[in-house]
Amino acid sequence: MAYLDRKARQIFLWEFVQAFILSMRYFFAPKRTLNYPFEKAPQSPRFRGEHALRRYPSGEERCIACKLCEAICPAQCIVIEAEPRDDGSRRTTRYDIDMTKCIYCGYCQEACPVDAIVEGPNLEFATETREELFYDKVRLLANGDRWEPAISRNIELDAPYR
Amino acid sequence: MFLINWFQQLGLAYPLAWTLAQVIFIVVYAGIVMVSVAFWILADRKIWAAVQLRRGPNVVGVFGLLQTFADAMKFMFKEPIIPAAANKVIFLAAPIISATLAFAAWAVVPVDKGWVIADINVGVLYLFAISSLGVYGVIMGGWASNSKYGFLAALRSAAQMVSYEVSIGFVIITVLLFAGSLNLTKIVEAQAHGWFAFSILFPMFVVMFISSLAETQRPPFDLLEAESELVAGFMVEYSSTPFLLYFLGEYMNIIMLCALMSIMFLGGWLPPVDIFPLNAVPGVLWLLLKIIVLFFFISMVKAFVPRYRYDQLMRMGWKFLLPISILWVVIAGAWVVFARPALAHVFGG
Repeated sequence: MAYLDRKARQIFLWEFVQAFILSMRYFFAPKRTLNYPFEKAPQSPRFRGEHALRRYPSGEERCIACKLCEAICPAQCIVIEAEPRDDGSRRTTRYDIDMTKCIYCGYCQEACPVDAIVEGPNLEFATETREELFYDKVRLLANGDRWEPAISRNIELDAPYR
Repeated sequence: MFLINWFQQLGLAYPLAWTLAQVIFIVVYAGIVMVSVAFWILADRKIWAAVQLRRGPNVVGVFGLLQTFADAMKFMFKEPIIPAAANKVIFLAAPIISATLAFAAWAVVPVDKGWVIADINVGVLYLFAISSLGVYGVIMGGWASNSKYGFLAALRSAAQMVSYEVSIGFVIITVLLFAGSLNLTKIVEAQAHGWFAFSILFPMFVVMFISSLAETQRPPFDLLEAESELVAGFMVEYSSTPFLLYFLGEYMNIIMLCALMSIMFLGGWLPPVDIFPLNAVPGVLWLLLKIIVLFFFISMVKAFVPRYRYDQLMRMGWKFLLPISILWVVIAGAWVVFARPALAHVFGG
């Protein structure tokens, strides 16, 4: 009897009918995916995305060329050259990050004593050529200007836990 | 017809007018079929995505309607890579053969009463011959790419297509016994009193559906492509426009088999019942609706049936579908001879 039952189910494709009903239920179920470019997933304030060099509210750049980030960078993607500026303060003349080498570990922003180099919330910085990913100081400062509101809010939100 | 008359009024001789009118019909028909493939591919992707709780392409154009055109443009502008050791002529001819055969099959498919390019008496035989020739596109492509993966996949694919064509052949015979004609228009007209799918031929409809999946190498019988495990089977060395042609041919074959199933089992352009609001709808739309429903099922099968193993595929083809379809040839023959005179027009007979 069990044999007949099994054979009958096979001949009438019963499992396929059941599978079809099940998949039709999924067909009309709400979608689980985000409609990405138009809706985005929530992001932690600690998110480590594209790098940015910040400025003080006065417009003075924060970086004092201590080279701690260069020293701690495990991928060795940061290159800094520095010399005294005309007013005697120590500033970078060159601050390059090779974004193709960077592993986004966040050590640079941890090492920075003045919160100058940070990893911002931006993750959409794909480029068409490799060369565009070799960031220099101008690009990093521009990033800082662009993302400053988001960056300072994130630092503020994360401050109680540090 | 009106085109021929119109050309004759313009002062052309009948043969010239006929040729011109046919060429215009063919170009329009082929164009419609080819453009529709873009939307079939999109529908396929959307249906599959929906079952997997995804959205599918929805950015290019409204609801992603232009996605396939974007993909086609991408393929066309890519560099066609021809392997150094490949036989170049055959390598490039194979996808052309595949696509051309897929187009050629549509010549005998009637979309409404009299709306057919070639209303030949052996339409079914022609379709069967064309779909058998499709194996050559596969074999040539696999052999000419001079890659062992492509070649093995081509052999498996050819074996698969040949195996399932046998049972498709017997299914067609049962339909011919019921319809009494090889002409596709006549086959549709024979279903005016009931579709063959709702007669004792229903199991043959199921067999035809399963064999169509295997014939076009759709999942669950796509084991030479097996996207998640292998690469593209006999298309492994193809890129750019040749690949596009294979892809086009593949989908046109699927639609063609959907159309063939609609014509042989679901009454082609006939409405389900011949009453007023239904028979006022143009026959083309009925045929399109039936093709859409069948294509939906073919797409859904892709979503919910796991892929078969090769020996399972062969066992199913030769030891399950073939005996059943042979048995049904006998049953259908007996029905036509003994039962039909007594039960005229009952059970779709």
